[in-house]
Amino acid sequence: MKKVLVAAIFLVWAAGLCTIPLFLSFGDPAATDMDTYFIRTGQAAAAANNIVTSIVFDFRGFDTLGESVVLFTAVTGVALMFRARKEGEEHEDE
Amino acid sequence: MRMSKIVRTGACILYPLIIIFGLYVVVHGHLTPGGGFQGGAVIATAAALVLVAFSHEEIAGMVRKAFLSAQESLGLLLFIGAGILGLLAGAPFFANILANSGLLFGLPVPPGPNPGDLNTAGVIPVMNIAVGVEVWGGLAIILVYLFSATGGERT
Amino acid sequence: MVLYNLPYVAVVVLTIIGLGTIVLKQNLIKIFLGIMILESAVNLFLVSLGYREGGIAPIYTNAPDRVMVLPTPQALTLTSIVIGVATTALLLSFAIIIWKKYGSIEIGFLRRLKE
Repeated sequence: MKKVLVAAIFLVWAAGLCTIPLFLSFGDPAATDMDTYFIRTGQAAAAANNIVTSIVFDFRGFDTLGESVVLFTAVTGVALMFRARKEGEEHEDE
Repeated sequence: MRMSKIVRTGACILYPLIIIFGLYVVVHGHLTPGGGFQGGAVIATAAALVLVAFSHEEIAGMVRKAFLSAQESLGLLLFIGAGILGLLAGAPFFANILANSGLLFGLPVPPGPNPGDLNTAGVIPVMNIAVGVEVWGGLAIILVYLFSATGGERT
Repeated sequence: MVLYNLPYVAVVVLTIIGLGTIVLKQNLIKIFLGIMILESAVNLFLVSLGYREGGIAPIYTNAPDRVMVLPTPQALTLTSIVIGVATTALLLSFAIIIWKKYGSIEIGFLRRLKE
């Protein structure tokens, strides 16, 4: 019963989602002011040919700093998980 | 689990080539598609190849986890240091002070499409290399930990 | 019209597959695969939002003189991909820890997670 309800809700949601491509137009973004500015002035401002890299590392440097910290935290989490498991096994056995 | 000799020899031949390609993607991040994250992921693929081809006991003697962890921390510190470089010069944090300055990576670029010069883009290649080092160490140590965890018996 | 919007149709298909996997499957590894497929759908949506008709990649190295696609969605997609890798590594470590502790990764079996 519960599974049937979940499947029914999921089917209704999927059918609603299928109508989204009818309302969007591919290849014609609505607001392009910021990106036009970046493409026009990014090469001279950051002195880099690759506009995406100059956005990632120059215009949005704080974004990338947070991204690096997220990666660092994930690695620290993985390391702590397995390291604590290995050392705790001797005195945690029941 | 030990792979055959063909797989191990192939991994030994491919390992330096993958690392060189990854370093190329990292260093040319401001000229061609790529950058620190992508190149670091490519180099970590080499670590995954070696981990799959050889058994875990062989690799555990060769790789020091503390070294990889220190490499990752060094990458993040280098990245933050490249940001603080702007503060030292009296500019805002993460300011691109090396661009168009004539110093390291300091040549100006001609406007419009051009062949590209490696000695441009200011602080961006420094950050690319820092992030590449960090992602290399981080993904490699994640792979080493996952392999070492799946090898043992269930407790 | 629908054929012209083919990337958005692909986004919808990927979203349905991903969320269906998350909702209807019992195995933890399959649920994590659903999360990864959902991430791919989001990344494809971001990149295809920034496409301009007949555009080239926003890189000036030996570029032909044509209109360029929007660079900001690509930069944000890069952030999204890296964070997806980090969360996937954490999720897989959780799966290994759960398998070592309980001997199973079927969520119907893990009663203690439900309460």
